Amino acid sequence: MWDSIKEFAGDFFVTGDPLIYGADVSIALVSVAIVFVLTYFKKWKWLWTEWLTTVDHKKIGIMYLIASLLMLFRGGVDALLMRTQLALPEVEFLQADHYNAIFTTHGTIMILFMAMPMMFALFNMVVPLQLGARDVAFPFLNALSFWLFLFGAMLFNISFVIGGSPDAGWLSYPPLSELSGSPGRGQDFYIWGIQISGIGSLMTGINFIVTILKMRAPGMKLMKMPLFSWSVLSSCITILFAFPILTVTLALLFLDRYFGAHFFTLDGGGMSMMYVNLIWMWGHPEVYIVVLPAFGIFSEIVATFSRKTIFGYKSMVFAMMVISVLSFFTWVHHFYTMGSSADVNSFFAISTMAIAIPTGVKVFNWLFTMYRGRISFELPMLWTMGFIPCFLVGGATGVMLAVAPADFQYHNSYFLIAHFHQVLIGGVVFGYLAGIYYWWPKLFGFKLDEKRGRWGFWTWNIGFYLCFFPQYFLGLDGMTRRVYTYEWDRGWAALNFTSTIGAFLMGLGFIFQVWQIAWSVRNGQRDKTGDIWNGRTLEWSIPSPPPAYNFAVVPQVRKVDDWWHEKEDRAKGIERPKQELEPIHMPKNSGIPFIMSGFWFLVGFGFTFDWIWMVIIGFLGVFGSLYARSFTYDVDYYIPVDEVKRTEQKLRGATR
Amino acid sequence: MAQHIVSPEVHEHHTQEQESLKTAGFWLFLVSDVLLFGTLFAVYVVLVGHTNGGPTGKELFEIPIFVASTFILLTSSFTSGIAVLQMQANKLKGTIFWLVMTLLLGGAFLFLEIEEFMTMVHEGANIGTSAFLSAFFTLVGTHGIHVTMGIFWCIGLILQLRKRGITTVTKRKITNFSLYWHFLDVIWIFLLSVVYLMGVM
Repeated sequence: MWDSIKEFAGDFFVTGDPLIYGADVSIALVSVAIVFVLTYFKKWKWLWTEWLTTVDHKKIGIMYLIASLLMLFRGGVDALLMRTQLALPEVEFLQADHYNAIFTTHGTIMILFMAMPMMFALFNMVVPLQLGARDVAFPFLNALSFWLFLFGAMLFNISFVIGGSPDAGWLSYPPLSELSGSPGRGQDFYIWGIQISGIGSLMTGINFIVTILKMRAPGMKLMKMPLFSWSVLSSCITILFAFPILTVTLALLFLDRYFGAHFFTLDGGGMSMMYVNLIWMWGHPEVYIVVLPAFGIFSEIVATFSRKTIFGYKSMVFAMMVISVLSFFTWVHHFYTMGSSADVNSFFAISTMAIAIPTGVKVFNWLFTMYRGRISFELPMLWTMGFIPCFLVGGATGVMLAVAPADFQYHNSYFLIAHFHQVLIGGVVFGYLAGIYYWWPKLFGFKLDEKRGRWGFWTWNIGFYLCFFPQYFLGLDGMTRRVYTYEWDRGWAALNFTSTIGAFLMGLGFIFQVWQIAWSVRNGQRDKTGDIWNGRTLEWSIPSPPPAYNFAVVPQVRKVDDWWHEKEDRAKGIERPKQELEPIHMPKNSGIPFIMSGFWFLVGFGFTFDWIWMVIIGFLGVFGSLYARSFTYDVDYYIPVDEVKRTEQKLRGATR
Repeated sequence: MAQHIVSPEVHEHHTQEQESLKTAGFWLFLVSDVLLFGTLFAVYVVLVGHTNGGPTGKELFEIPIFVASTFILLTSSFTSGIAVLQMQANKLKGTIFWLVMTLLLGGAFLFLEIEEFMTMVHEGANIGTSAFLSAFFTLVGTHGIHVTMGIFWCIGLILQLRKRGITTVTKRKITNFSLYWHFLDVIWIFLLSVVYLMGVM
């Protein structure tokens, strides 16, 4: 009995590494602390009714934001561990297999469990408010998307202490990721963690397309819609077409591992390179999925802080749509070395370079918007200014990589690593941080402190260039990615050491930002007007934080940047006609999304450990939840006019 | 209850708005499903020749079976169409009757498919035999799983129809189900041509 328990525990828990034991202890302590705090302050019911069952897009956005910041922390710790290992030659800090696990989880977490949820956080926090809508098209589905993401992310993250981390690279190419190359549990955690959260991403894509196409305020023609919402539309269309490919690819890999199928195996007629093609047919659009909303954020911020309408609105829209279409025709540039013919490689080289054109159009439009504007450099604008040179260099090295013959030299070197970090951090992370600074006062009712934010900004930026510029040269000097150590006589020590200093500076920047948030919760400037930046779009016309129903009356839109024009009219003494209040139709909270996602977790966990009973319970629970929802007809309620009046008076108080 | 605060007409107006959103969302779901099947078809076409020395489609596929399957599924699409017409004419009994017919035909289709799969497995042609068979079982099986889900969905809808009759909400649900069922029919036509007909050619 005792022996079998010991054997089980040895397989179940990850053992052997002191770092892991440290993590075990800290996870246990944090869990106990959370349970204690919730019980001590009697907050369980509050947690359930206010958060776990909510269908309010603003609260879902906040939960996405918290989760993504936690994931940024974990992915960042992974990065710092790697940089510590590589700081000098022949460091004995991480073992080779531990290093493999860490670069795998770093990549997967940063793209799928940090960038994606941070993007969904911004979608949820902003889009309905910009459109003048009271919620998204499918609030229930929105909650389900969030919980699927969270349970998927948790499934992926527990692999760290239970069962073992995946270690076949962030895209897990077969044959390494097949049973023959990765017999451990880690790869199954990878498949199911991503699969479950990926279903959630696909549903969010559908949700926001319908929201944007069908729920805009009256008068808001598509070509009068704020550019952030346009960017969300282009990103969601890309999600709709790309994510089913990911679902299929992961499912096929699962069939190979679980049922002995031969899609990507070396024997039985399988084709490993087909996996590489499929995963990049999703993977390349994926990077545009995350960067397009960042472009939208910059468009809003540049216009607001230059006090001008955006330059070239139509070309901005056109450029985003062109990017989302072109993104589907470039996937082969990730593996020019596969051995395709020169014609194939040329096609993908040209299509890749073509994307630089609409992107260039956007950069020029931002610059022309700033030209002769009255620019103020508050935090959102500061990050936008940090983005432009960074993305420019990242884009230029991207065009270098797109040149197929030259790519044979850069392929899988640190040159590539430096390039994609430059576009993903310089484009996506800077963009999302700018967006978070910009819309934070709207959601929370106070501004994040400027001084601490500036410290964060400069340490992040200096750290970024110190970290990644040396890597271009390391790549050209022949250092390949995913090596866990190197010898002294390579001559890479100085550049690597510089890079590590830069990485830790970025970590310091993150700490400044955490301090900034903590400090601002108590001392940040409160937003009493709801329009703290003198904004241009509809979200600034309502109080901060907005009431549950967002808009007491649905706004009537006339122009691009409608709120700006309304304010101008008001200054001239022209008031728009007042509308009558009506009872407001709202969706009811539901516990089903949380419960159903929990059952999905059981499915994933059961498959990972080959516990069929758990898989069956999981699937029964999922279908039971679907049925329970289908049979629920009492899904909405109305807020009476009196209550709306009272809330509005309280929120707007002295201002109107 | 919601109806105390607003008049039934206003509530009905809101419900109709909500329901039209859901139909739009369902169309987009079908788009994503087209992509899902598209990917599986691409995989199948790449791997169809990789038989690993095992049986080919020509040796495995039985013409009478897949012809029968085709007729059964096409007919079930037709009966689901009649169900929608009955629903629009506000005939509850007719709607339920034709939905039950659709269900039965869907069940018959599934029965034939499971029979076919079982026979193949008994002959030693299973998912692990060759890349071609992995792709075959996955592509056709995914369609089969879709049909199974559709059957369970339809049972749920019939129960709701019996309880609530034809309302704005149940109407939208039946319409979406019918869209889904026709969509599966279209996928089957592609399966028939790409997998079975080209397989036995």
